[in-house]
Amino acid sequence: MSFSINPWIDLQQVFQFQFMQHAFEAGTAIAIVAGIVGYFVVLRRSSFAAHALSHIGFSGAALAVLIGVSPVYGLLLFTTVGGTVIAALGSRAAERDVQIGIVLSFMLGLGVLFISLYTGYATEAYSILFGEILGINFSDVLLTAVAGVVVLFLVAGIYRPLLFSSLDEDVAEAKGVPVFLLGIIFMVLVAIATSISVQVVGVLLIFSLMVTPAATAMLLAKRPRQVIIISVALALIATWLGLFIAFWEPYPVSFFITTISFIFYLFARYITPRIRNLRSNYRKSMIKPDR
Amino acid sequence: MGNTQQEKGSAQINSTSIITGENVAAGYPDNIVWRDANFSINRGEFVAVIGPNGAGKTTLFRLLLGLQKPVSGTIKIFDAAPKRGNPHFGYVPQRHVFDTETNVESLELVQLGLSGKQWGLGLLSHDDRKAALDALKDVGATDLAHRSLGVLSGGEMQRIFLAEALVSNPTVLLLDEPSSSLDMKGERELVHLIHGVVQSRNVTALLIAHNINPLLPYLDKVIYIANGKVATGKPREVLTSESLSALFGVQVEVLRDSMGNIAVVGIEDTHGCQPE
Repeated sequence: MSFSINPWIDLQQVFQFQFMQHAFEAGTAIAIVAGIVGYFVVLRRSSFAAHALSHIGFSGAALAVLIGVSPVYGLLLFTTVGGTVIAALGSRAAERDVQIGIVLSFMLGLGVLFISLYTGYATEAYSILFGEILGINFSDVLLTAVAGVVVLFLVAGIYRPLLFSSLDEDVAEAKGVPVFLLGIIFMVLVAIATSISVQVVGVLLIFSLMVTPAATAMLLAKRPRQVIIISVALALIATWLGLFIAFWEPYPVSFFITTISFIFYLFARYITPRIRNLRSNYRKSMIKPDR
Repeated sequence: MGNTQQEKGSAQINSTSIITGENVAAGYPDNIVWRDANFSINRGEFVAVIGPNGAGKTTLFRLLLGLQKPVSGTIKIFDAAPKRGNPHFGYVPQRHVFDTETNVESLELVQLGLSGKQWGLGLLSHDDRKAALDALKDVGATDLAHRSLGVLSGGEMQRIFLAEALVSNPTVLLLDEPSSSLDMKGERELVHLIHGVVQSRNVTALLIAHNINPLLPYLDKVIYIANGKVATGKPREVLTSESLSALFGVQVEVLRDSMGNIAVVGIEDTHGCQPE
């Protein structure tokens, strides 16, 4: 079996394996969720909180492995509790950096303990840290899909108040928007998104799905709904392409996904503005032919 | 105790008063910011709230908005107690500008001022969009509608915030130091704009200001907060050496220059002439 020029045949080859099907199904659900939640993470400048949640999740995943259940349950439990506590601690993300940092390092230490107590294969720790989408089983896919749907409905329900309180918390509060409650719901959303994303890229690379696509999309558009759609599209392309390439190449999926995301970001940051400038200069020169 | 203030307080509580405060004390039981305040605001008035930094001007707004409860006394807004989310109010808090990375269209923020409280995605919000565009037009910011919040100047930003507050058609506007980030010219332009839009939309406005002078031509009333006390009344009556000296119990002088600008001397912070 080898890579051919015909993409249709390539895809057929990829999908004849059940583990690849599962990987694509879970990867798709995760990319959608991460792309959407990531927008609010970027808007609220909570990327450090998201980062911390994934580390808190590490100890949960390690504990789950230790007691013999799927890591994603440990992740969900620890990140949800951690996220709620972070949201309840203080009202503004910027003020929480130190507390979050303190808690995250403690939790990471706890995870190290659990891993050392675990007598099985060390690959479990590796897959929590860097993701192992190709090893995902059907029940994980199902859980991921259910979690994804829950997140989508929640975000759709609180979309406007969440956007309002993310952009202009003081006015939103005066208008009667429950900003504190929304802060907690938001962190729970981040917790769920983080937990399922860890399966793909691992706790250490969570930024590449939760932050990079959304930050890239925000460079390309300024209407929130458009940004979210672009963010989801970028996360999907990075995930699909990463999985596809990793099928043929002997390197980890998470490496490809993070690299593709990063290339998108660099392109949006440095190339797109230049193209825009060229285009607007061109238009100006068309309007004023004498120049 | 200020006589002027007491008399004013009781004399002006009449049928046209939309906001009244009686013997209000603000802050916390163990840390009162100001006390014994009596004030009333009539419909359509243009009111300046002035006083030194930390005197409790923003606290007054928080009380009106129901974000904080008075320690004692009663506040009535349209004959009801203050409550959070009161649709009568449009609010522009004192704040910094957006981060340059915040690439969000201005129109979106203005629209949230109208429907940001509603659940759901709001996919069919053409009316909201129209109202937001109208509000932007009223503050002369139509051309800013599709600009990103992160790249607006201080003056442009204030117009957007003003539109965000106006879009829900409030009866009262609360503006907390809207001109704090502007130079003198920008400040005068903004005050002129606010006064115009307030008149055309028949809105009552309370402005916290650091410098009262650009406001003087338009003012109906002044609320002066300093040294834990509150004086209210017409600018000419409140802003006199006698009235302020009597209220604060220290020698206060109100100076006037040939242009009609005033400066209050004798209270921690000098108002008017001293640039921030």
